[in-house]
Amino acid sequence: MTRAALLNRLRWHSRRGLLELDLVLERFWLRHGETMSLDQAAALEQVLELEESDLWDVISGRRNIDLPSLQPMIELLREV
Amino acid sequence: MNQITIRKFDAIIVGAGGAGLRAAIQLSESGLKTAVISKVFPTRSHTVAAQGGVAASLGNSEEDSWQWHMYDTVKGSDWLGDQDAIEFMCRKANEVVVELEHYGMPFDRLDNGKIYQRPFGGHMSNFGEKPVRRACAAADRTGHAMLHAMYQRNVKANTQFFVEWMALDMIRAADGQVLGVTAMEMETGEVVMFQAKATLFATGGAGRIYYSSTNAFINTGDGLGMAARAGIPLEDMEFWQFHPTGVAGAGVLITEGVRGEGGILRNSTGERFMERYAPNAKDLASRDVVSRAMATEIKEGRGCGPNKDYLLLDLTHLDPKTIMQRLPGIRDISIQFAGSDPIKEPIPVVPTAHYMMGGIPTNYHGQVVVSQDGRHDVVVPGFYAAGECACASVHGANRLGTNSLLDLLVFGKSAGEAMVLDIKAMPAAHRELAQDAFDQTRARLARLESQKNGANVHETGLAMRRVMQDHCGVFRFPDMLSQGVAKILEVEAQVRITEVKDKSQVFNTARLEALELDNLIEVAKATMVSAEARRESRGAQAREDYPGRDDVNWLKHTLWHREGSRLEYKPVQMKPLSVDSIELKTRVY
Repeated sequence: MTRAALLNRLRWHSRRGLLELDLVLERFWLRHGETMSLDQAAALEQVLELEESDLWDVISGRRNIDLPSLQPMIELLREV
Repeated sequence: MNQITIRKFDAIIVGAGGAGLRAAIQLSESGLKTAVISKVFPTRSHTVAAQGGVAASLGNSEEDSWQWHMYDTVKGSDWLGDQDAIEFMCRKANEVVVELEHYGMPFDRLDNGKIYQRPFGGHMSNFGEKPVRRACAAADRTGHAMLHAMYQRNVKANTQFFVEWMALDMIRAADGQVLGVTAMEMETGEVVMFQAKATLFATGGAGRIYYSSTNAFINTGDGLGMAARAGIPLEDMEFWQFHPTGVAGAGVLITEGVRGEGGILRNSTGERFMERYAPNAKDLASRDVVSRAMATEIKEGRGCGPNKDYLLLDLTHLDPKTIMQRLPGIRDISIQFAGSDPIKEPIPVVPTAHYMMGGIPTNYHGQVVVSQDGRHDVVVPGFYAAGECACASVHGANRLGTNSLLDLLVFGKSAGEAMVLDIKAMPAAHRELAQDAFDQTRARLARLESQKNGANVHETGLAMRRVMQDHCGVFRFPDMLSQGVAKILEVEAQVRITEVKDKSQVFNTARLEALELDNLIEVAKATMVSAEARRESRGAQAREDYPGRDDVNWLKHTLWHREGSRLEYKPVQMKPLSVDSIELKTRVY
């Protein structure tokens, strides 16, 4: 899969059941979409595997994931 | 696209939210070969956003009855709901909730082990006397838990899921029978024909026609767009529920619970304006009453901010501990989307499009019905709809909270049952598809592929949302509506020439968004034209020039046809199945 195809897939996986998540992820893509590295994309893919409510809890800082490799991506999502 | 693959099933369901999953259980457990097509993974469907609960007169905490629930639903609908379908839904409520419990739904419990029930707006005991505890919930994750329980049940029943597939068009035979859909696999861009003996649309709402909406981005009215293009009318599309407290500019919902905890709505002078509109219930009056009051404040120049276009939800008088303990989620949302901490400053809010009462016309078996030769209940063979995309019609002009989850359980199940019976009565072999079965989809995709100097999808979608918001919002004005009709047709002309620069095949999100816009514009046109024509105020339709309900001329359902935006009307079913009709009266809370 090309980089463009990979990112497009993640863009689609950023379509969620909760508007809160759609809005945060929309901002995230506007800010970081162009510059995202493949490592970051891999981290984002894992984060997007979370269930809706869990993902929102993580983004709003009420919950943490015990995986150091994902922390930088979670911080980016929290900042947007 | 030379050789189009045909996949054959007994039943196809488009949409994997609550209604689709419930219907699929019925079909798969009957041993039928059932496919569910969904744009997103089932548990990411918008049903996941439902928090409040599901209504059922279990009577676990206090006396309750389906007759009282039925009365509340008819009254809530402002008498536009069909009383046969409403009786059916309210009588079936206990059964579908208990079934869900057996599927493993983790309902909150009372100490005695029974399902806990809480009160919810509009649900009363003894025919409107006082609030009753009728809503069954799983904390604030009712929709989430419901999707999980039903998805697992489907996995066990061998339902085949086609996840990240987008249905594009209906396949109809020359005699009108529905034979399936065309659909695109996002991962490859391949388009195939899904053929079935019975096809159910459970594609949810279309709140994304509005600029300010509580709906997730996936709610693009795909089923309604496909149905309209295939010549099926859309019913009562002028009726949209606006939730009073969406965060201004973002749309994210602030639950009624905030006002329940003491939150107060204020205008630019700091006045608690709801005292003027609803002296008793004040900020806790029903959704349409509060939304209209807010729209009036904004219209009369008492809105807040530089453009005077929002109001304030004030929690600053509450103990910060209350906010931190009871409303932590709301604080997160306010900080994230309004940039304000509700402990220190009020939350800017506006009435926000939330739920579509109208949809694809069905009877209470989920069978799609159209008008023919003076009859209004002519079944379209092979075609069914359930959930928000359908109009049974149980919500009429205004939906009660917690009746949406009930709707998708009851009519998901009844549609599934009808499909099982209908399929078993059909010949074993599938019908031969006509040579032109794929033509509509082929033409749409070819147009998109070859479009030059066309319209930008994002800008066109934004123009549509703006027109709908400005011309067909909470309050409707005659001149704005007639201008709105002209403007939405101008937007439609742009939708017909959208251009996508990205021609790739793998997860081409730009193309998907263009295809979604084709569906949204049909919903937008139906809404605007139907609202312009209905010269009365009823439930969610509030017209400045016709402020009262007019049962003499307008106690009837609108049917919008895509061809020429033609309207026809059909009577409201005032006769329930087994009890006396609930007679018309003024709706007062």
